[in-house]
Amino acid sequence: MDVIKEDQILDCSGLLCPMPIVKTSKAMKELQTGQILKMIATDAGAPPDIEAWSRQTGNEVLLSTVEDGKFVFFLKKA
Amino acid sequence: MSKSNPNAPRRLALIASKGTLDWAYPPFILASAAGAMGWEVGVFFTFYGLTLLKTKLTAAVSPLGNPAMPMKMPFGPEGFQSINWHIPQMLMANVPGFNALATTLMKQTFESKGVATIEELRDMCVDLNVRLIGCQMTMDVFGFKKEDFIPQAEIGGAATFLEYAADADVQLFI
Repeated sequence: MDVIKEDQILDCSGLLCPMPIVKTSKAMKELQTGQILKMIATDAGAPPDIEAWSRQTGNEVLLSTVEDGKFVFFLKKA
Repeated sequence: MSKSNPNAPRRLALIASKGTLDWAYPPFILASAAGAMGWEVGVFFTFYGLTLLKTKLTAAVSPLGNPAMPMKMPFGPEGFQSINWHIPQMLMANVPGFNALATTLMKQTFESKGVATIEELRDMCVDLNVRLIGCQMTMDVFGFKKEDFIPQAEIGGAATFLEYAADADVQLFI
């Protein structure tokens, strides 16, 4: 698997709904089109919420995985 | 679950009619989440919900009126925290300060679980340009002034909200 290189990291560990989505959206606004945000979350609702957020905003989920018991997402700015 | 056309702009119209701490969460959570998804959002604050626009939030929770509320302690060992305390309603009604205690405990529980405060969520909504409409009629009934509210609040009536909601994709009464 190719390693995805992020441009920015956002750690939402310990935060519950809707903060991971809200903070992700805020962080994405700072990025340029094509740049990648790595977002880390512990909220069990984050995986489906990030998918829905991606469909609604057009930002792409490049990878959604679990690392060390945490949810990790690589999100590409549309 | 996915929408057929994700590029279509969406609009969410909410009515926030309740002013307790527990009921303050749904409108602010939905509004900030929708704003984060790029939706246009407007919330009409009416009746007790109007107090959620006050500069200083005083939302509290009443276990007496919510018999389904789990009564748990936000501190101590895990086994202690998982105990659901069954406190008779008659007792709750007669202990002075019980609502204040329950409110403090709920706020501590929310904080320890990683839930944002109502103040934080409201600030997020302001940041995300959520339209916050206070009900003029309720202001008159309860004697509130525009100066009582955060500066981002606008004032309107039923027609103001309905006109906004008419073009909304999602409308909810909370």
